[in-house]
Amino acid sequence: MQSPAGRPDSPRTRFSWTYFASPATFYPLAGKMIPWFAAAAALLCAAGIYVGLLVAPTDATQGDSYRIIFIHVGAAWMSMFLYVVMAFWSAVGLAWNTRLASMMASALAPTGALFTFLALWTGALWGKPTWGTWWVWDARLTSELILLFLYIGFMALQAAIDDPRRADRAGAVLAIVGVINVPIIYFSVQWWNTLHQGSSISMTRAPSMATTMVVGMLLVALGFWMYSIAAVLSRARSIMLERERRTDWVTSEVKKQAAA
Amino acid sequence: MIWNTYWSSIDAFFAMGGYGLYVWGSYAVTAAGLTIEIALLAARRRRTLRMLAQLHGQDHR
Repeated sequence: MQSPAGRPDSPRTRFSWTYFASPATFYPLAGKMIPWFAAAAALLCAAGIYVGLLVAPTDATQGDSYRIIFIHVGAAWMSMFLYVVMAFWSAVGLAWNTRLASMMASALAPTGALFTFLALWTGALWGKPTWGTWWVWDARLTSELILLFLYIGFMALQAAIDDPRRADRAGAVLAIVGVINVPIIYFSVQWWNTLHQGSSISMTRAPSMATTMVVGMLLVALGFWMYSIAAVLSRARSIMLERERRTDWVTSEVKKQAAA
Repeated sequence: MIWNTYWSSIDAFFAMGGYGLYVWGSYAVTAAGLTIEIALLAARRRRTLRMLAQLHGQDHR
């Protein structure tokens, strides 16, 4: 009996921690996981938007414009979180020269860039009615815009280098250097005087919002998280097939696909 | 109760207290962004599988 990696299917390889670190074994696992994360994303987003738009009461000071919060906060959290994950896999790829880690980093960038754009877009549409302006060059907004440029720079740099392994290393250096921007975004509202309000939610104190508001916000944020996992795994699968197209495991995957 | 909605009428819901443009503009662009990404991911997977089918077809003939 052969494992998907083409190695003897011994318990040692099957339960080894590094078993799924090879594209050949991770590809089918990711394929099985995607529908579950996609379904969880759809359910959580639907529930969160239902609570946020239909159940939660209006806000005493901002009126119904505050309802942008339900997608704005989740998008902003994902924009920062996905960058940290991208920098983490970049560092792993750089340190141990593992192909799959670098492929994960490349797969994360477009989804991270999308959520960064959405955080900026929903922020502009929220800023206009509450601050009277679409945009200000303050610390929070400027550092979030830099995050978008970091994602775009990472993708452009990798696209400009023909050799995939060199592209991995160049992108990794950019991603790791740029991670310094994430704490700057997060703490910008405390470090600088800014128009942007402080965090709505904190681990150490009770939320300053009604329960339904917090529940709606967290449900959508969780939904965005599950969505990101599904989207990134799907992109990673295509990257694996493209990059490893000359290998035996891809040949057998193509045959399986053709037979299905 | 979670099933009781906040709104008194469907018109009030769409008006969003006068902030309809901003609220719906945010939700519409977010929905469009995620939909476009899903479509691009599906297209990339199809393109990749087509490329591989061609590549491996050539190898074996």
